[in-house]
Order: sequence, then C-alpha cells, then structure tokens
Amino acid sequence: MSGTVAHTAPAPGVWREFFRSPAAIVALATFSGFCLVALFAPWIAPQNPYDLAQVDIMDSLLPPGSESWTGAPYHLGTDGQGRDMLSAMIYGIRISLLVGLVSGVIALAVGTVVGLVAAYRGGWVDTILMRIVDLQLSFPTILVALILLVILGRGVDKIIFALVVVQWAYFARTVRGVALVESVREYVDAAKGLRLGHLRILFGHILPNCLPTMLVVATMQMAAAISLEATLSFLGLGLPPTRPSLGLLIANGFDYLQSGRYWISVLPGLVLLAIIVSANVLGDRMRDTLNPHL
Amino acid sequence: MTEFIVKRLLQALLVLAVMTVLVFFGVNVIGNPVYIFASSECDQPCLDAIIKDLGLDRPIWEQYWVFIGNLLQGDLGNSFTHGVPAMSLIWQRLPATLELAFCALVIALTVGLPLGVAAGLRPTHWTSRVIMGFSMIAFSVPIFWIGLIMIIVFSVSLGWMPAVGRGDTVDILGVDLSLFTLDGLHHLAMPAFTLSLIMMAMVIRLTRAGMREVLFSDYIKFARANGIRERRILTLHVMRNILIPIVTVLGMEFGGVIAFAVVVESIFSWPGVGKMLIDAIAVLDRPLIVAYLIFVVIMFVTLNLITDIIYSLLDPRVRLGGNSS
Repeated sequence: MSGTVAHTAPAPGVWREFFRSPAAIVALATFSGFCLVALFAPWIAPQNPYDLAQVDIMDSLLPPGSESWTGAPYHLGTDGQGRDMLSAMIYGIRISLLVGLVSGVIALAVGTVVGLVAAYRGGWVDTILMRIVDLQLSFPTILVALILLVILGRGVDKIIFALVVVQWAYFARTVRGVALVESVREYVDAAKGLRLGHLRILFGHILPNCLPTMLVVATMQMAAAISLEATLSFLGLGLPPTRPSLGLLIANGFDYLQSGRYWISVLPGLVLLAIIVSANVLGDRMRDTLNPHL
Repeated sequence: MTEFIVKRLLQALLVLAVMTVLVFFGVNVIGNPVYIFASSECDQPCLDAIIKDLGLDRPIWEQYWVFIGNLLQGDLGNSFTHGVPAMSLIWQRLPATLELAFCALVIALTVGLPLGVAAGLRPTHWTSRVIMGFSMIAFSVPIFWIGLIMIIVFSVSLGWMPAVGRGDTVDILGVDLSLFTLDGLHHLAMPAFTLSLIMMAMVIRLTRAGMREVLFSDYIKFARANGIRERRILTLHVMRNILIPIVTVLGMEFGGVIAFAVVVESIFSWPGVGKMLIDAIAVLDRPLIVAYLIFVVIMFVTLNLITDIIYSLLDPRVRLGGNSS
C-alpha cells in the first residue's frame, strides 16, 4: 500500500479524477436516479400495486402502451393480476435496494469489527477469526444462501440475514488487510504513545483510514447482494409474494414468457441490470481513483 | 506431503461434521414434518403414532445419531413425494447435472482462456476493453436473467433452440448421457452456455491478471533473451504458471457451479438435482431436501480437498506452510 490518497479523507482532486470518466458519471446518475425512485416510490407510482382495490383483473396481461377499461394509461403494460407494471417495478426497485442496502450495512458493520479486532489484536484471536472467515469464503455464496433460506423459509428479515451471513466475511478480510497495514504506521504508534484507549485507536484512528477501501468493497458487495437476492427470489426462496422485489417480478413474468408476453419479465430485468451494472461501474471507478490496491 | 494431506483431511471431516449438524438441526428443529403425513381428521393418538413412527419422540441428539448412522450407510430416508430412497433419486438425477456442469466448464475454458490471453497481451487495445467489459457483465449480471433473454431470443423469437428439457439420451456405461446425440446437444447448448458465463468471466480475469504478472517476470525476459520463440514462451512458460491459480479457482468454483445449476435447471427445466431441490422445496419434501443439502456439502468439501491437494502438488510452496494472507 503505497498510495498517499488512500490514507486521507478524499481530497478534492479525487472527485475531479472520479468525474473524468463519462461511464462513471452515467453510472452515478443512473444509480442515484434509482435511489430517488426507491425513496419516493409511493408518490411516483401511478397506483399502489398491492392495494387490491386499485388493481383490476380485467386489465391483466395488457401490453405496454395500452389503457385500462376505465381509460387510465398503462405505459409499461400490466402483469397477470392486472397490476400496472410501472408501479410494480417502482415498488420492486424499492424492495431490492432496501434489501441490498440493509444487508450490506449490517454485514459491513459486523465485518469491520471482526476485521479491525483481528488485525489489531493479532495472535490467536486473529488466527481463529481468519480461519472462520476462510471457511466461510470457501463456500460459494449462493450455496450458503440457498441452504439458509431452505431452512429459514421466506421473508424480508430472513433474506437479509442470509445475505449478511454470506457477505460479512468479505468485509472482515478486506478490513483486516487494510487495518494490518495501517496499524504499523507512525500515527498509531503516536496514539499508543499518548496512551489512548484501544477502542479509541481502533475506531477513531485506524477505522477512518480504512474507509476508502470499505466504500469500494461495500458498493461492489451491494450489487452482488441485489443480484443474489433477485436470483433467490426468482427461485421462490427469497422474498414472499407480498413484497415482490425485481427478482420476483421477473419470476412472475417467466410463466408468460413462452406465450410472447415478454414485458412482464424483461422490463424489471432491464431495471435490475441497470442497477447492478451501474453499481459495479461505480465501484470500479472508485477503486481506480481511491487506489486501494484491491 | 502426507502430513499436509492428513491435516487437510481432518479439516474437511470437521467441516462435514459441522455442516451435518447445521443442516440436520436446521431442517428438523424448524417446522413440523408430522403435518405432512397427517390427514385432516387425524386425532391426537393418530398424531402420536406418526411422531413415534418418524422417531420424533426421541431426544434430538438421539435422532441426530440415528441420522448420522444412516448417513454413513448411505441412507438418507425416503422421499415423501416419490416414496423411494432420497439417495437413489439423487443418483438418478445427478448425471444430468454433472453433464451440464462439465460442459459449462469446458465452454468456460475454451472461450475464456484465449480471451484472457488476448486481453493480457495487449491490455490497452480496444479488444481488451471489450473483453474485460464482457467479463464484468457476465460476472455481475444474474445468470437467470441471461438464461431468460436467451429463451426469448433463441426459442420464442427465432425458434432455433428448445427452451425446456433434456434431449435424447444414450446409455454409456450404465449412465444416461445426452452429450452424444444431436438432439441432446441441441438441448444442452443454451443451459450449458448460461451456466458457463460466471466461470468464463473468472477465467478471463485470472488469465489476464496472470499474464500481466508473468510477462514481466525475469524468467520470461531470460527466455526471450535466449531467443525462444514467442509462441513457445506463451504456451510453455507463461501458461504453466498462470494455470495454477486457474485450476484452484475452478476447482473451488465447481461446487458453486453445482449450486448455480439450481438456477439454470429451473429456468430450462433441466431434469437434474437442482430442479429436484426446487421441486422438493415447493412440496416440503424434507428428506429429499436434507439429502440434497448433505450431498452437495459432501461433494463440495471433497472438491475443496482435492483442489488443495492438486494445488500443493503443482506449487510446493503451499504445503511448506506459506500462508498467502
């Protein structure tokens, strides 16, 4: 780790460097756009797709651009139950992003504490914690998540739990790696010389210097979590049908695919694609500008 | 060497033990299988009889020992829905899954390696950017989505490819394989390609990274200084060194491929073990679910073990205790 940038709070130059890539600007705009849509879903969506009073089975399976029999437009068509696809997708974005964000933040918190403690304490604590991390990482994420959800059943809390379980080890290993480098630097020696408490050194001095790396890993992991949630929901293992994420919407449309009613699956899929790719491009770009040698 | 293998073997057994505990207690403590057997007019004595019959009246530890005892004899109980031993169902479905996974592996290597080499040789060329972009998309986009698009394009719109099922099979040494019939290959192409994408992306990245590292090493400089032809340097000196991480990662990822096969098999209605699991979950066929999970864990731990051993044979530094982290 030789970068001078990574050890300070992002300097103005970092932002300028970040925006030098057109792809990064597009990705940032796309991703923030979806975040805004998720945040203001109830005010943006033309109808509440889960309020049965607003959904009419008479309007089921209408292609994009058609109108309901009462004259309301369905810009993106309707699904098998007559729900407006646009509204269903807006709410789906909300749930997908929520699951990805919440699981990412919890996993980040757990992984950070484990990684910091392992790096700072060293010795047998480090050995045991890292053995657990190695073991966890030796299993493919989808396998672990699959086993957990088969056991736990469906639910927002359950999928978040499963995603935390498969993600925390990545954060722990990354944070430990950075913290190991940081903990032998002069400023840590200086802090120790001032007889500051362990917790203060760990969280007040070492942690802030790990933040750029954590930000990059968190962005990438969030994209992976959203993708994994969509996959599990598609298999009918993730979220319950009452809280359809993008993955579940795609699964619903899968039944109509063979009959040429492509929009029910393809449109939520395109949104999912845009979210995941933009998050990955963002993460890539942040890694390049913050240069944390990942 | 022996010490290394024994140590790894013990580690693998420990992981297996932990996983059986997790799966057994997970599936058996949560939920009550009695109600699957009981009809609606089943009264308390009838329920008790079912509980006794399933051995659920005994302490959970005792149940676990019975389960382990049966497991060691290869008996994982009868499937609720099929009424036959769960293991026999898995053996029956496994060739289809393995065939799919094997083809995916072959596709990933035959496409991924050359692309990775090309990207590594000329990292700033526009072809490299396209290759790396493709690798990022293949790696990050959920494969069920890619499978779906392939069905829409090649089956529904163009009508070139069958969207569901496995084609004709031929009996080879007692195993039904579709790899050797035209119809079979026709059915196999889309699912195998879909499944191969993640591995392909990984092969491309690893090959490129390996190329960048190895090409600047001293022994390549010396090989070039000796006037050895570029082609020979690539195939002999470079390839040999970048294959080590690729073998390891692919070995470890093969378990992941079996897990991802669940997704691909569901999309393409491929009659393998993954599709079986999803069907079993839908009807709460607990013995079949447990059998599948235990089977996958055993297979995965074994694969990890074999990869570790092969790796240590290829690269002696590993068994000499050099911890990479």
